[in-house]
Amino acid sequence: MRLLFGTVLALVIAAAIGLGATWIALTQGTAYGGVTIGAWTGWPKNGTQGIDPYARAMVARSGELPVGSGDGVAFYANADDAGLALDGRCDVLLSGITPQARFWTLTLYDPEGRLVANSAQRHGFTSQEIIRNADGSFDITVGPRARPGNWLPTGGVDKYLLVLRLYDTPIGMAMRTGRDAPMPAITKRACL
Amino acid sequence: MIRLALWLLGALLLAGIVHLATVLILPRMATQDAYARVSAIAPVNAVVPIPTPTPEKAVLPFMDPAFEVSICRYDLSRGPLKFSVPISQAYTSVSFYTRSDIAYYAINDRAAGRRVIELDLMTAAQRAELPENEDITAADRLIVASPTTTGLIVIRALAPETGWIPAVRSALASAQCRPQ
Repeated sequence: MRLLFGTVLALVIAAAIGLGATWIALTQGTAYGGVTIGAWTGWPKNGTQGIDPYARAMVARSGELPVGSGDGVAFYANADDAGLALDGRCDVLLSGITPQARFWTLTLYDPEGRLVANSAQRHGFTSQEIIRNADGSFDITVGPRARPGNWLPTGGVDKYLLVLRLYDTPIGMAMRTGRDAPMPAITKRACL
Repeated sequence: MIRLALWLLGALLLAGIVHLATVLILPRMATQDAYARVSAIAPVNAVVPIPTPTPEKAVLPFMDPAFEVSICRYDLSRGPLKFSVPISQAYTSVSFYTRSDIAYYAINDRAAGRRVIELDLMTAAQRAELPENEDITAADRLIVASPTTTGLIVIRALAPETGWIPAVRSALASAQCRPQ
């Protein structure tokens, strides 16, 4: 009787903890092997056959296709430089330069990877569209209300993430620090 | 007391096994992965344009809206495929994914070095069967070996400004992916 009780208890605990750990690992975005520079994190390995099992499971679950490593690298940011979650009701300033690449695109998504509806019908910028400062750097205001210059509308959603994709870039798995790859700073400004 | 601790230890070990097993099995069990989503709109061995993502509707999550995308869902069970796409003005890349959405090869217009990206796609077994003494050398002919019999070829062409879209679309429209 005691043996039966113990077995059932052990199995229940094992199933609960095991499945719970899987669920948390796949929903909280805790994939290994990421390269973090400032607020940005990229997983260059996800575009190769060396993709780790957690990232594979996440990709299978979300239904996305990772950017192939011969094509480019994607960097994700869901918080600003101070670690505060990006909030679509606040103005956020993106400023600086990007690592070397032939083209880059910056896109705003909701946490599920959908584009966010907005009156300007703008979902991102490409490196060709952007208005630059005299020294080649750029400033983009990400916020709910129209701004002069480069304005990326958030549509007022409470949570979003920014994806910076570098195409045809020498940046890859060898890179580790901001000196190799200068990423734009993300600073929070006033909120609605 | 010791007995209970042993039971808990056993349970934790088992929990670790359950966790690893589910993570490893999930890619095989996923019914809404990219391949499944593309299969719903793309026939086998044909290049199909994927609609540009909008806030309401997107075939795949996290698509780059600056790109025009076409996909060839391939099946090599009847033999190798010939693939070609003319490169557009800005940036064109071709990425290859296995049946389980792993990117195993990607090439862009600059690496291809020509006006057309042209290659042969085959399985490792089909490649081994190729006669070696053919006149065609490897330099003339890019051969890509697919780890799986089925998979996806994703053609991405950048439209850096909205005015570019028609030209980029027409370049993608002449992409080909057909059995040899």
